[in-house]
Formats: sequence, structure tokens, C-alpha cells
Amino acid sequence: MLTRHTAALAALLLLGTAPLAQAADKPTDPQIAHIAYTAGVIDVEAAKQALKKSKNKEVLAFAKDMVRDHEAVNKQALDLVKKLKVTPEDNATSKALTKAATEERAKLAKLKGAAFDKAYVDNEVAYHKQVDGALETLLIPSASNAELKSLLETGLKIFQGHEQHAEHVASMLK
Amino acid sequence: MVPKRHLWFPLALTFIAAPVNAETIQVTIDKLVFSPATVEAKVGDTIEWVNKDMFAHTATVKDGWDVMIPPKNSASLTLKAAGAVDYFCRFHPNMKGHIAVAP
Repeated sequence: MLTRHTAALAALLLLGTAPLAQAADKPTDPQIAHIAYTAGVIDVEAAKQALKKSKNKEVLAFAKDMVRDHEAVNKQALDLVKKLKVTPEDNATSKALTKAATEERAKLAKLKGAAFDKAYVDNEVAYHKQVDGALETLLIPSASNAELKSLLETGLKIFQGHEQHAEHVASMLK
Repeated sequence: MVPKRHLWFPLALTFIAAPVNAETIQVTIDKLVFSPATVEAKVGDTIEWVNKDMFAHTATVKDGWDVMIPPKNSASLTLKAAGAVDYFCRFHPNMKGHIAVAP
């Protein structure tokens, strides 16, 4: 279930560890903005699916928190790119993330009840963990604009918080 | 000449009006950090959390109080019991704070 997300994010992480010869692969600020925004949109879409499908109080509350926080981060991101006159640029990483997320949602769509809840929350733990890794090792170090870097750092704290929150919800589903 | 002890009278009243001498202690939340993270207070004091983030937070004690702090807003709690408490944000459990409440 997690393999597709993992593959996409592994590709993302590989960019960060590429040898100097491939330094051109280091994402630019417009690409970083696009990747970070996409990562937020993906989580909002996953949460909206959970809000439609789940009946579990904890899962619904968690999904609402995800929509609220990621929409708030992305609003800040849009305000920032507007201010900096940067146009977010679509790129292979964003495309891979979106493709993996679409496939994950299709899988989750077939599940019901407790099976859905568990799969959604487990994926949330894994997804946030992987985005944390990408932010820490690739996106934050690659960002050249200080304000973008600062927003990514706040984003990292949000994602880390959500990861712990998701772990807590997962422990309650057992 | 006015006897000097008369001057003490209004002062004594002031003390009666606010006998506990309670304080309001501000804790700021900025970019998912409670600051200061550790606060020393006494029973009767009020903690006021000022949330500068665009995100909703909570100040929550496990099996204890739970304060909702809306984005760009503030919320308060008057401390009723002595003792040390660790609190966290339910939405972002990586946010942690501590209050030592003296009797």
C-alpha cells in the first residue's frame, strides 16, 4: 500500500544525495514551492476522502485538522510566491507525488469502515514521515530565498506534528 | 495637620480589593513554539496564550485541562491547583510547554 508513495519520495530524496555532477537536479525555488504546495494539496485531498468515508470520531477529527492546517500553510505559500513574484513550476517530483497520491486514493476508495480508517491513518503516518524527510534533507537545504526557507521550516514542524498526531490516532484504532 | 496614619487607609483598601495579588502571564505561540516554554506561576494566576500562527493550537494537559487557542487569537486559563504540569498541543503534539504552579 505504501510502496508507491515510498517510491515517489525515494526519488525525491535521491535528488538530494545526487553526486555533484548532477547538481543541476537540485530543485529551484519555483520548483520547491510547487513541490511543497503539491504535498499539502495531496494531504487535503486524502483528508476530504476520509471525511466522506469514515465514521470514526477520531479519524474525522484528524482529517478536519489536516484540511485546516494544510489549507492554512498553502494560503501562506501562495501569499509568499505572489509577494516574491515567483511562479511555482511543475516538475517531475510534483508529478510523481500527484500520481502516487491518485493511485493511493483509488485503493482507499475500495475500502470500508475500520479497514479504510486503518489504511488512511497508516498512510498518513508514512506520508508525513516521508515528507518530513524530503523537507529536511532536500527542500529546506536547497531553498535559496530566506522567506521560502522559513515557511518550509514552519511546514516541517506542522508535518512533524501531524505525524505524531497520526501515530496517536493509529494507536487508538488498534 | 492630617495624622499620618490616615494615609495608610486607602492603601489597606487596595490590598483588600486584590488580596491574592494574581498575575497574568503571557505565553506566545509563534511558528509552533510555546515561548517561554517553561513558566513559574502560583495558584490564582492566569496564563494567557497569544497565538501568532495562522494555525489553531491547544494547550492540553493529559487527563486535565484543555484550552483551545484559535489562529491569530488568544485564550486564557486561571490556574486552580498547585503542582507542575506538562502541556502540549493536541493538533501538533511536538509542541510542548511546562507550568510550575506554586500554592
